[in-house]
Amino acid sequence: MSTLETVREIMMSVLQLDDLNLTEQMTAADVEGWDSLHHIRLIIAIERRFKIKFKNSEVEQLTNVGDLVSAIDRKVAA
Amino acid sequence: MLVDLEWLPKPPAGFAGRAGALEAELAAGPGATFHERLTALAATALDEPQLVRLSRLAGKARGVGIEGFSIAKLALLGDGTLDLAAAPIVGSGLRHGLLLDVIVGEYGSAVQDAADPESALRAAGLDFALICPDPRLLGLDRSADGAAEAEVKVKAAFARLAMIAEGLRPSIASAILVQTVTPPVEALFGSFDRAHPGSPFAMTLALNRRIAEWAATGAAILVDTAHLAASVGLEQWSEPGHWHASKLPFSPHLLPLYADHVARTLAAIRGKAKKCLVLDLDNTIWGGVIGDDGLDGIRIGQGSAEGEAFLAVQRMALELRARGVVLAVCSKNEEETARAPFREHPDMLLREAHIAVFQANWTDKAANLRAIAQTLNIGVDALVLLDDNPAERMQVRDALPLVGVPELPDDPALYPRALAAAGYFEATTFSDEDRDRAAYYRANAERAQALTASGDLGDYLASLEMVCRIAAVDALSRPRVAQLINKSNQFNLTTRRYSEAEVEAAERDPARHAIQVRLIDRFGDNGIISVLIADDRGEAWEIDTWLMSCRVLGRRVPEAVLAHLVRAASAAGATRLIGRYKPTAKNRMVASHYEGLGFRQIGGEAGGETAWELTLAGFEAPALPMRVEDSALPAASIST
Repeated sequence: MSTLETVREIMMSVLQLDDLNLTEQMTAADVEGWDSLHHIRLIIAIERRFKIKFKNSEVEQLTNVGDLVSAIDRKVAA
Repeated sequence: MLVDLEWLPKPPAGFAGRAGALEAELAAGPGATFHERLTALAATALDEPQLVRLSRLAGKARGVGIEGFSIAKLALLGDGTLDLAAAPIVGSGLRHGLLLDVIVGEYGSAVQDAADPESALRAAGLDFALICPDPRLLGLDRSADGAAEAEVKVKAAFARLAMIAEGLRPSIASAILVQTVTPPVEALFGSFDRAHPGSPFAMTLALNRRIAEWAATGAAILVDTAHLAASVGLEQWSEPGHWHASKLPFSPHLLPLYADHVARTLAAIRGKAKKCLVLDLDNTIWGGVIGDDGLDGIRIGQGSAEGEAFLAVQRMALELRARGVVLAVCSKNEEETARAPFREHPDMLLREAHIAVFQANWTDKAANLRAIAQTLNIGVDALVLLDDNPAERMQVRDALPLVGVPELPDDPALYPRALAAAGYFEATTFSDEDRDRAAYYRANAERAQALTASGDLGDYLASLEMVCRIAAVDALSRPRVAQLINKSNQFNLTTRRYSEAEVEAAERDPARHAIQVRLIDRFGDNGIISVLIADDRGEAWEIDTWLMSCRVLGRRVPEAVLAHLVRAASAAGATRLIGRYKPTAKNRMVASHYEGLGFRQIGGEAGGETAWELTLAGFEAPALPMRVEDSALPAASIST
């Protein structure tokens, strides 16, 4: 499963969505329910699934889903 | 073990589908075993998103109301971002028989929320409030100059907690809970921190000591997050990154663990803690198989690591027994073979006298567990089964989802830890009655033998030489009375739950008659076993609460209580008594309680709530096989 696909699954579970069309260009504003509180939950769930840890500065730099996916890939590879 | 809730089985692969199916069923009208199936799904090691998923389901179930779950509203208030904890607590509540609604105070406004009687929080109709302090927002993360300043800081921090609690108290129906604070990982001096009162570490310990002393007075109920944090490791507990970014008070990875601890504490207050530990034998409390290895082949006792590990399991069972947990045995074995180690093995700590019910046979465990519950007069939901065999555990979970069945690690050295981690026997108080409970059950077994010996019920009751002491509820009896009010399910006519504060209010209310009943017999003091609260409504007295512990069923205590009530009501000028029966899932045994006592039905119908009336004129108290000592009658009526 691609990282994007895994992120999509996590996001559906965290945001309680039955379906989600997720692309790398999308931002929080494009996904229903993706507010600051759920953003924390999302990051936590991603950290747990990929067994990685983000620094706050890394989280703050993310601008869209593509950034998130490449940050995950970088950490998993490291 | 703790972080991933490893005492619980893994969630089913189709978790989302199951949750969805239950939600659909709820909308269409829940089927008969909905409570069991939802509990079974919740009693798995759910992660945060799964708990949030179940919290949504719980919200809908609350709207419908499901028999078997009790409904309660909890407020979280304190320091930091508490919003993330709300849904996991609701989801975990399902695991413990609770349909919770959790609301969270505005960030940083705990004091205002508590002080303002009109605040949304206080107006919400709360049953519980949990105060969650954080040392970093109490100013305890910065060191004090010396002992005097440290004391001032700790005092101020505590005063703030107490102010929040006292502000809230009038708006809380059941109880206020308070968390302890977690010391920092980062030492200032090093080991010297503990000796230096001004260190942040020493100040958090000092505050926790104050919180614990406060809780010991009954003013609040502890959720000991400091102990929980220490158990998982402070380093794992505290994540400065999340604190700086979002003021999350602890690592969000620990939300499922934290939420379970909050939920189990609420469940304990609501009387939903387990009561009986059922032990499997072979490879659970000794190493080896007694039927194959024989008395000298099983491993138990000092001298081998394995034998000592099983000894530790037995020691834990005895420790639990000493605090009131009843022990039973359920094993696939020949009975004589299974009993032999208890009788003859010199290294066994557990002896036959410790075991209230001993089921050793070849029928399935679920049937045996039902038999144990029946013998002890408790529900199967009050049982925990400790069993090393995964297949047996699965069979019992399938057949009886309400029995607590912890997953056990391979190594028996970790059995005690797994059992303790599950928190089945969580208690918020410890009374003398608790201490003696296991002995009561033992004495009950002896009474049963006395009945067999005499053969006649009347002779048997007379042989017990019973003394029934009826007295007004007072400060001394209040904790036990409140405990009975919150725990009694079966012999309970209205199942109204009252906190200690409400009981105290009832004692003081001149229009309420609140009595407690103690029963002593030649086998021992049964303690306070019955509570009655009646309301003086002029010509009629209305019975608000009437409950009795099931361990004195068939001893004719209700008749003694009724005779008392008739005299008290007559003395106050009333002419009749009114009683009500409110049916629940568990109190069918008292459906015809009033009928049996000679009341006439005046309202309601079979299956629903019923109302009953007794005319005082012409009431004749029956002769009872006990001496009644009554100190709760007004002076005027005693002379009659």
